[in-house]
Amino acid sequence: MRGALPVLLPFRAPERGPPTLTRAHLVMLAVALAALAPAALAQASGAPLSPLAVVWKWTPLLLAGFGFNLLISFAAMAIGTAAGFGLGLAQLGSSRVLRGLAWALTQFFRNSPWLVLLFFAMFLIPFQVRIGGVTIPLPDWLKAIIGFALPVMANVSEIVRGAVRSVPTPQWESADSLAFTPRQTMWMIILPQCIKRMIPPWMNVYSLITMATVQASVVGVTEMLTLTGQVHAAEGGRPELFAPLYGFALLCFFVYCYPIDLMTARLERRFQVR
Amino acid sequence: MNAVAEFFRNLYEATGLNFTVFYDPYDRDRYLRGVWTTIYLSVVSIGLSIVIGGVGAWLQGSPVALLRRLVNGFVVVFRNTPPLVQIFFFYFGLGTLLPASFDASGLRQPLLNNVQWAIISLSLFAGAFNVEIFRSGIEAVPRTTVEAAEALGYTRLGAYLFIVLPLALRVCLPSLNNNLVNLLKTTTLAYAIAVPETLYAMKQIWSESQNVPEMMSVLLATYIALVGLLVWIMHRWERALAIPGYGR
Repeated sequence: MRGALPVLLPFRAPERGPPTLTRAHLVMLAVALAALAPAALAQASGAPLSPLAVVWKWTPLLLAGFGFNLLISFAAMAIGTAAGFGLGLAQLGSSRVLRGLAWALTQFFRNSPWLVLLFFAMFLIPFQVRIGGVTIPLPDWLKAIIGFALPVMANVSEIVRGAVRSVPTPQWESADSLAFTPRQTMWMIILPQCIKRMIPPWMNVYSLITMATVQASVVGVTEMLTLTGQVHAAEGGRPELFAPLYGFALLCFFVYCYPIDLMTARLERRFQVR
Repeated sequence: MNAVAEFFRNLYEATGLNFTVFYDPYDRDRYLRGVWTTIYLSVVSIGLSIVIGGVGAWLQGSPVALLRRLVNGFVVVFRNTPPLVQIFFFYFGLGTLLPASFDASGLRQPLLNNVQWAIISLSLFAGAFNVEIFRSGIEAVPRTTVEAAEALGYTRLGAYLFIVLPLALRVCLPSLNNNLVNLLKTTTLAYAIAVPETLYAMKQIWSESQNVPEMMSVLLATYIALVGLLVWIMHRWERALAIPGYGR
């Protein structure tokens, strides 16, 4: 390095990485809580429970609700990933009509608000279907899962397309010259290389869908946010309970999503193609 | 206008497809007002979130460690919690803690109404993402450029405002574009605190007229049109800002 002209060096961005929490944040949180504690405990002298005691009392129920949120997110992710994989491959297929159709579907579901898609699924899917003589009921939570799977599908479709596109063309050409059929090339050569690139954005989508599951409460599915509202009503609807109860919901999601975010960032750095 | 109304009235009579928003003046008014509210929410939140992003990214480069940590904490927390819960937390949690006045009939008049709380929470949510986006843009500005600005006597703020930010903005426009589209879509969450935006208006209309499939199509078409409009504006802006010979 010494002796080289610093002005003419090629530019490289300093590696600062995304912001993360440090021990200092814990201290800051502790200070903030200590400042708020007198307010939270002052009400404890009266007959009703203090806000923190209320949260503690209902924690099992609220966590059960959170578990249901996670269940919705797993199911939506599984369905959405499977469908999105197919749609993404269709976007890359050889049939022009299929390609156009897949592209249009992807764009449509990617550009609509998630809440609107949820309404879409809730209202337009019948509450039961009849196949032959068997009536299969479709409960609200199942429709909500489908409603969440739709945007996941579109996002996964774009991830698959982007990942396949990022594989260098010579890979296709050499597979071709080794007499692989297009299908074999895709499944045995291109896709195995893509999986690695798809994992970080896929985890991102997962984190987003987990955070979106609370929207199910808007369309009447009982999950954590609905339960939080009910707990608040059950405790007499005191206005000072809102902040701790919703704060608890924020905390649950944060504790779940932040590690995923960190892991995504780490994988992204590791898989980075320079 | 009349011809359109006539067409949709006839369509209803002929096929049963009931697009009330196109011929019923009351529903049309509600719909248009909803779209207007969505646009208002989006434009104000976009503006505020860009300001939050710019200020946050500047503070991230600040020599004061406490400020940097505060911004980092804000970004991490808002990126990893559900926006809907944030809205509830702000509107119900903080809204009820703030002092309020009482009107003549004794009703509680909160300091900030639901539209204002929606704007605040949406801006903070999108702003947290914008901080990250601007940071990545700022990191792409060569250190030497900043040094040159310092050599010319710019202060830290001056160099940031006139040198770094204009360059960074051009680098991060595509991801900013993505995030703003996302923000526009997130404005639907204001529905949950009864802000009369498009989804809310549509819900009222289809509850009264029992025409869910028709209104759902109009609703989706509306959002796709709004997103399309925003993307078009952003692309125009991107092209207007493009530096010749820089990037593609």
